[in-house]
Amino acid sequence: MLRMPEFAFLQPKSLRQALKMKEDAGPEGMYVAGGTDLYPNMKRRHQEPKVLISLAGIRALSRITGGAGGAALSVGAGVTLTALHRHRRVCRSYPALARAAELVSTPLLRNMGTFGGNLCLDTRCNYYNQTYEWRKAIDFCMKKDGAICWVAPSSPRCWAVNSSDTAPVTVALGAQFVLAGSDDERTVPAFDFFSDDGIQYLSKHPNEILTEVRLPAQNGWDATYWKVRRRGAVDFPVLGVAVWVKWEGNLVADARVVLGAVASSPLQVFEAAQAVVGSDLDDDAIAAAAGAAFKPAKPMDNTDLTLAWRKEMVRTHVRRALEELRDRRHHLP
Amino acid sequence: MHRALAKVLELPASRIRVIACPNGGGFGGKSDPFGHEIVVAKLAMVTGRPVKVTLTREEVFYCHRGRHPTLMWVRTGVDETGRIKGMHFRTLLDGGAYGSYGVASAYYTGALQTVTYPVDRYRFQGARAFTNKAPCGPKRGHGTPQPRFALEVHLDRIAEDLGKDPAALRLEHLVPANSVTANYLKVGSMGLGPCIRKVVEGSGWADKFRRLPHGRGIGLACGSYLSGAGLPIYWNNLPHSGVQLKLDRGGGVAVLCGSTDIGQGSDSILAYIVAEILGVEVPDIHVITADTDLTPVDLGSYSSRVTLMSGNAAVQAAERAREVLARHTATKLDIPADRLAFAECRVFDAENPETGLSFAEAVQTAEAAEGTLVTVGSYTPPPSPGRYRGAGVGPSPAYSYSAAIAEVEVDPGTGVVTVPRIWIAHDVGRCINPVTVMGQVEGSVYMGLGEALMEEMAYRSNRRMVHRIPSMLDYKSPTTLEMCDVVTYLVEDPDPNGPFGAKEVGQGPLLPVPPAIANAVYDAVGVRIDEVPITPEKVLKALKDKERGREGRFGPTGFPNIPWPDPTRVPPPWESGDGRAISGERASTPPGAGGVRSSPHRLTGEPAGGSVPEERQH
Repeated sequence: MLRMPEFAFLQPKSLRQALKMKEDAGPEGMYVAGGTDLYPNMKRRHQEPKVLISLAGIRALSRITGGAGGAALSVGAGVTLTALHRHRRVCRSYPALARAAELVSTPLLRNMGTFGGNLCLDTRCNYYNQTYEWRKAIDFCMKKDGAICWVAPSSPRCWAVNSSDTAPVTVALGAQFVLAGSDDERTVPAFDFFSDDGIQYLSKHPNEILTEVRLPAQNGWDATYWKVRRRGAVDFPVLGVAVWVKWEGNLVADARVVLGAVASSPLQVFEAAQAVVGSDLDDDAIAAAAGAAFKPAKPMDNTDLTLAWRKEMVRTHVRRALEELRDRRHHLP
Repeated sequence: MHRALAKVLELPASRIRVIACPNGGGFGGKSDPFGHEIVVAKLAMVTGRPVKVTLTREEVFYCHRGRHPTLMWVRTGVDETGRIKGMHFRTLLDGGAYGSYGVASAYYTGALQTVTYPVDRYRFQGARAFTNKAPCGPKRGHGTPQPRFALEVHLDRIAEDLGKDPAALRLEHLVPANSVTANYLKVGSMGLGPCIRKVVEGSGWADKFRRLPHGRGIGLACGSYLSGAGLPIYWNNLPHSGVQLKLDRGGGVAVLCGSTDIGQGSDSILAYIVAEILGVEVPDIHVITADTDLTPVDLGSYSSRVTLMSGNAAVQAAERAREVLARHTATKLDIPADRLAFAECRVFDAENPETGLSFAEAVQTAEAAEGTLVTVGSYTPPPSPGRYRGAGVGPSPAYSYSAAIAEVEVDPGTGVVTVPRIWIAHDVGRCINPVTVMGQVEGSVYMGLGEALMEEMAYRSNRRMVHRIPSMLDYKSPTTLEMCDVVTYLVEDPDPNGPFGAKEVGQGPLLPVPPAIANAVYDAVGVRIDEVPITPEKVLKALKDKERGREGRFGPTGFPNIPWPDPTRVPPPWESGDGRAISGERASTPPGAGGVRSSPHRLTGEPAGGSVPEERQH
């Protein structure tokens, strides 16, 4: 059986305490919220922190505030995925986010796993998400303990995949992330929170804590999330499609198309959005957007299912997601 | 295990005690004695301490014996009236790094094609290759689900070529009960016809086949499996199973048997059989199994043999106990022993039910006369008529039959296949424990569904052949969301060789599931996926090929040229064969001609298969 390495477990009651503990622990310290990603990873020696600082006891992180009458909503990063997808205001104003949260893994893991944890999810690769012995057998890879990327051996970078369901939705919605550091607090757009590198996949400093996600007010936009995976539960996405459109009358005034699980960060395809702006989401505009999204998607041979099929699914699912928004618009009174 | 320990530890078997703990999930993958099982014993001897070994999931992937990936080629001869006449079947098995029961597995890929649909002549060529992968072995169905997939998909194509309904084609070609096949397998009861009719009627087949809208389809397939292998797993002339009964003067009955309950419920079968024969209640039966100090040898929980073999041994032991009790009760009551009935925990005069003894009193009466009451039973399968080399694989005291119809939905935009429902009928001979029988059927459907749609042992060829996905997250099997509704029909066609007519159910119902799904995919979108798992990318590729005017098919396109040895020729029973190979003709058979009488028959050389064929001939 796989065993956890030894570690000290600290339980701060406040953000300030947590930040201090992390500063004291230095690079050997890590934050943990639900642990549904970190603990299995520790068993496989992906992360080997000597000190774990639990964020579970910090009340402030699990609040959901605002959102009355479609106003902006603030969601604490410690809110569990179950609480998120069941929250009334989230369901009413941000059904795409509720849907993405509900599609993560299984009920058991959603009960433990947090919104913030899903956003900070370690990138995944089936050369990496293996036991220590398996990884040793292939001489390891650059993401942990090794020097090479087996997915693309001539590549200088790591191609592990951002496999979060909620991340592409937050980018599509234009959410803002609040990060607390020991000296100050800063706010970054969701898009800037992620970076397209399998190892340095977050722009967050390791000591900073993602505390809150601010979702924009509801003012005539619509969004949806489509997830592709082998099975209806358990599995990480092999493709996520988050689309957001701002309607003005029957025309699209603004749009965002964001793909999950085809890069090391959520991939926002501006050309795809351009293709539908000004249209009423007619078939041609949708086909153009789907084609534009297809091009930059670069799935690699490091997840379930074949990469050619996964790339092809970008076209299909961007089309289907936009059709869903169009159909919903036309059924509105 | 007992034998392996004695051999490896170099200890007399009499100094070793093996007690099987309650466990589940056998499925054949654990048939071989594993290194770690020996190691714990040795380590305990060396240290004088209890030793426990726990494997990681990854280690289980490497050590268990999975199903052989098999490349297949099949050609069937059909005459001008649409009658199937002959069949030629080739298989090539990827065995992995060790032998396991691979020789038997290879033979099994050619053995049971003949027990469902009769052929005048049958030719089989099989080979198993060692490869640098985890070893394969007798996984549920042991070498028969692969050829069954090929055969049932192949029949679907033949039916289409002949313009026949696939259900009708099969019903016109049923092996008769109490017959001997071309390869000398003795078939007893044969309930495939009722099975097909049940699922055809239950599924509304006639209104659906080739009539559902594009994207929805329905497919039929059948199967058959052994109720225990006719020959023992290691060469010996001892009984295959034994049961000892111990009657307690308090009215309890202990049943001792070496069989191992691996979750299938075989212990319950022993209890029900003995309770039925002695007329006592099941709670009065105490089943003690799988302890080498206490129980007589049973060869093991493989080849779906336990209900039939240890069941028959239990029948014999219980009947002997009843005879002893009847003799002494009859003396005491002063009535003829053959008038005694055993029921409701009493032994009584069938013509005068008030006259009788309680079961405990009957035991006391007999014990007073004879001393401690113990009876024994054992079972050895009947000899098989086949006398040629390889005839040892395939014979069984009885064959179970099953038919399944799968309804599928295929998304033409993604190639994703979902299976909302499967209707399955299984001829189990007789249900002794209907709940566990249903459980085995539904479990088989589940496993067959996973094999049809997702399960695959994949290796990293660029990285020293490590298993690509050795975890339960990445090795995909269906969740409750993918599991289909199952409509189960149990067909009871009692077999004279089974205890109370019972046949197997643990493996057979898996066989028709993958080909039924493949045939349904063809009905839904018109493409043949001749390789499992039927993944979205394969379906989508076949759909695109079809759109572009190419053949709408995904699957292997060739069968390698193998230097086969000269065939063994065995004239079938209807050509005055006696089950023996005839010498003299062995070297003279022209390649490709054996088995199919070529001149009077049109050859529909449909390649089809679990991984199939090429070579189309018309």
